[in-house]
Amino acid sequence: MLTQLTHDIATPLTRRRWLAATAGLALGLAAFTSAKAADDTIKVGVLHSLSGTMAISETTLKDTILFLIDEQNKKGGVLGKKLEAVVVDPASNWPLFAEKARELITKDKVAVVFGCWTSVSRKSVLPVFKELNSILFYPVQYEGEESERNVFYTGAAPNQQAIPAVDYLMKDEKVKRWVLAGTDYVYPRTTNKILEAYLKSKGVKQEDIMINYTPFGHSDWQTIVADIKKFGSTGKKTAVVSTINGDANVPFYKELGNQGIKATDIPVVAFSVGEEELAGIDTKPLLGHLAAWNYFQSIKTPENDKFIKAWQAYTKNPKRVTNDPMEAHVIGFDMWVKAVEKAKSVDADKVIDALPGIEAKNLTGGTSKMLPNHHITKPVFIGEIKANGQFDVVWKTPGLVAGDAWSKELEGSKDLIGDWVGKKCGNYNTKTNKCGGQGS
Amino acid sequence: MLANVARNFRALPFAILLIFATVLPAMAGPFEDAVGKFANDEYSDTEEAVGVLAIGGNPLAYTIISALQDGRLMADPDSKKVYVSQPDGKNIDAATGAAVDTIPDSAAAVRLNNRLRRTVEAALGGLTLLSPDPAKRIQAAQSVFKTHDETMLPVVDGALAKETNKGAKLAFTEARAAILLFKPDATDVEKLEAIATIKTRGDQEALALLTGLTGDQSPAIVGAAANATASIQRSLALWSTVQNAWYGLSLGSVLLLAAIGLAITFGVMGVINMAHGEMVMIGAYVTFVVQETIRTRYPQLFDYSLLMAVPLAFIVAGAIGILIERSIIRFLYGRPLETLLATWGLSLVLQQAVRTMFGPTNREVGNPSWMSGAFEIGQITITYNRLWILCFTLAVFAILLAMLRYTALGLEMRAVTQNRRMAASMGIATSRVDALTFGLGSGIAGIAGVALSQIDNVSPNLGQSYIIDSFMVVVFGGVGNLWGTLVGAFTLGIANKFLEPVAGAVLGKIAILVLIILFIQKRPRGLFALKGRAVEA
Repeated sequence: MLTQLTHDIATPLTRRRWLAATAGLALGLAAFTSAKAADDTIKVGVLHSLSGTMAISETTLKDTILFLIDEQNKKGGVLGKKLEAVVVDPASNWPLFAEKARELITKDKVAVVFGCWTSVSRKSVLPVFKELNSILFYPVQYEGEESERNVFYTGAAPNQQAIPAVDYLMKDEKVKRWVLAGTDYVYPRTTNKILEAYLKSKGVKQEDIMINYTPFGHSDWQTIVADIKKFGSTGKKTAVVSTINGDANVPFYKELGNQGIKATDIPVVAFSVGEEELAGIDTKPLLGHLAAWNYFQSIKTPENDKFIKAWQAYTKNPKRVTNDPMEAHVIGFDMWVKAVEKAKSVDADKVIDALPGIEAKNLTGGTSKMLPNHHITKPVFIGEIKANGQFDVVWKTPGLVAGDAWSKELEGSKDLIGDWVGKKCGNYNTKTNKCGGQGS
Repeated sequence: MLANVARNFRALPFAILLIFATVLPAMAGPFEDAVGKFANDEYSDTEEAVGVLAIGGNPLAYTIISALQDGRLMADPDSKKVYVSQPDGKNIDAATGAAVDTIPDSAAAVRLNNRLRRTVEAALGGLTLLSPDPAKRIQAAQSVFKTHDETMLPVVDGALAKETNKGAKLAFTEARAAILLFKPDATDVEKLEAIATIKTRGDQEALALLTGLTGDQSPAIVGAAANATASIQRSLALWSTVQNAWYGLSLGSVLLLAAIGLAITFGVMGVINMAHGEMVMIGAYVTFVVQETIRTRYPQLFDYSLLMAVPLAFIVAGAIGILIERSIIRFLYGRPLETLLATWGLSLVLQQAVRTMFGPTNREVGNPSWMSGAFEIGQITITYNRLWILCFTLAVFAILLAMLRYTALGLEMRAVTQNRRMAASMGIATSRVDALTFGLGSGIAGIAGVALSQIDNVSPNLGQSYIIDSFMVVVFGGVGNLWGTLVGAFTLGIANKFLEPVAGAVLGKIAILVLIILFIQKRPRGLFALKGRAVEA
């Protein structure tokens, strides 16, 4: 049989060759470098991964901010000054997020940063923003249990996405048995903890809840899909609540489709699957599966139509889709511009004080408001996947839902509120009337 | 907002009475009126309309409802006209059945939600129970089995009486049993018979039906149902072992496919090739480009797209492999650490290059029709894509073995890897053989990419998720031995799939890693260690 090959006449690697190899490597990795800027501009930091695992989701958000800055500059900028984007690439590497954030604030002297996707990246930059007193706008739905002075959360808190989705399934689809499936990290774990507590408070029994975690990028779903099928065949209506993240979704849905689980039998409601993710899947087998978001591209409003047209023109791609975190950035950016104009300054303290109470139009026909806990009000929509990769809205909340920084379902956090206006505290305990009840 | 009229298909007769009461004075008949409701684009109106069509007996009903299910029912909100766009490209007016030339642009497909889809399925089930096509009759009977709607009993009885097809007869018998089991006024004898029929069926749905049996039942029935449930559960547990074994084989085939190229570049040549995963990714992107070209130019060839992608992926990935070997790796032979760093850097360069060329988001690679869906053997489901990948992997493995054994290039490869100096003195151009061997390994990785594009994301990160597993398989199986890779891949696949239901996916993976570490401690050279002088060379 074959043996291991060894070279007894291995060519020595010259120093120059090694240098050439590394130079090529560096070229490939080279991130966007920021140009030297004049002093009469306001700098806006963009902290989204452009390489590595998260690039799939975050690159679009970088483009969104560039697009929004471009639009704002066409309107004359802010406070008479042009806006200038400073884009850095934290490369899906959590410690690098903190480094790059520090670089943006101290070296580039940005007035505000729009960035992060995963909770771990947000947690990693938090100390930097606190220490250097700057502002971060975080656009992604997350697990809640946090309210920081320097962070503005424009994505959904669990009560703005997960809980309404479960309510819908319970009332409209009469679901009695629940599979909570997620990727094994902080967002799914916390969300599922909240959902489990919520379901039990609604009288769902322990044996009717199945919780399942999978590693990042899990690609072999045969066993789990078969388990879900088995769990769902007891005669009680079953649904899957999916907090499966990123790349693992495609093989999961493919397996569902191939094993013949249709949305009419066991619907899957997902919190991390949007238009962007569906763009890479053949959606016909997914017809009718659900997603809960605060925005869908298919929602018909004049604001949304205008935004989609402008975005597709900006990206020069008539098929480019829009999604929920993009809308969060649109709202957050608008709020920041308004707060700066209200404070007549880009000074972090003044803008932070100006932001609560600021209102901005969202793209679905309502007006979102920044709350004292640094979360915003949002409508919640449930959409069914259509054959063309878009969503058909089948249900929405009657009005806007205010984001809860601290979940009312969890024992440790139900008495906490975040209030940066009156109490100047992110975790004020309403029972003991003390700041710093629990959490960070 | 959704209205709550006719929430349940079984409540339809009442809803229909209501509709009759309100629409009778109108000029048109109930059928035309119901069809008109599709144009309102309200879920509740659509549901009512489906209900009326389902029992109206109009010959167009089946055409309209199946069009609704497939999204071919077009409604014009302005003129309130409804059209059916037939699969053959012709269009008809839904109310009259008359052919129309074109559907106006303002018409849009009538929307469905999950509840409506269930209603539509049930309605189609009722309409196709007497269809001339036995496959459709079986499908219809299955849907009755699930809904066990007792109003369907006379139709099922009628169908059963004249049924000649064996499969359809069984399906009708089971559907009848399901109805009787839940019919409040059925006699105990009928119910016991029904339980026996359902017990013979013995699958998850039968189990669901039996466990769903509630209400006042005589003790004999409760006992029989409990017996049947237990017996079905026992047989299902047995089947689930078979199912796990199949999942293991399938996972093993994916591991083998991903690792087989590495078995050559790492196993045979000894190059720690961290860019191996990227060769897999390049193969997947070649598939994407091939499919995209076919989709835009020759859509009728779509089912053959994978067959065309295989040689192309081999050539592209192989050529890139040769380029890498000539430009980087040949300078690093015998320096494992530097090879590791250089190829790892290279993998990042390749990833970012693909990201720049194709964008960071997933690319859609469709399944050809022969790779979609599943079939059932006993109580296990086997999906076609996994089955084909297993066959494909074994074929690639066999071809590779044959190539190494029976071709001149294979002979040269073995000669060079066994004794480079001797081979060189015999006149073999060793550096050419090195390049070709590395190209072969990379090319096979490219082929793996074609298959993996069918079950995984096609994104720049595709390769990363397979590189660790691939090394694991090669090291576990025994470096330098292709058979070791085969056995290693299937062992790991099967072990993983038997651990997963017990320990969960995350713990299962950890357990496998721990087991491999322990195994390597015991047998550092893997399952099939090479023996003799070659080891020391």
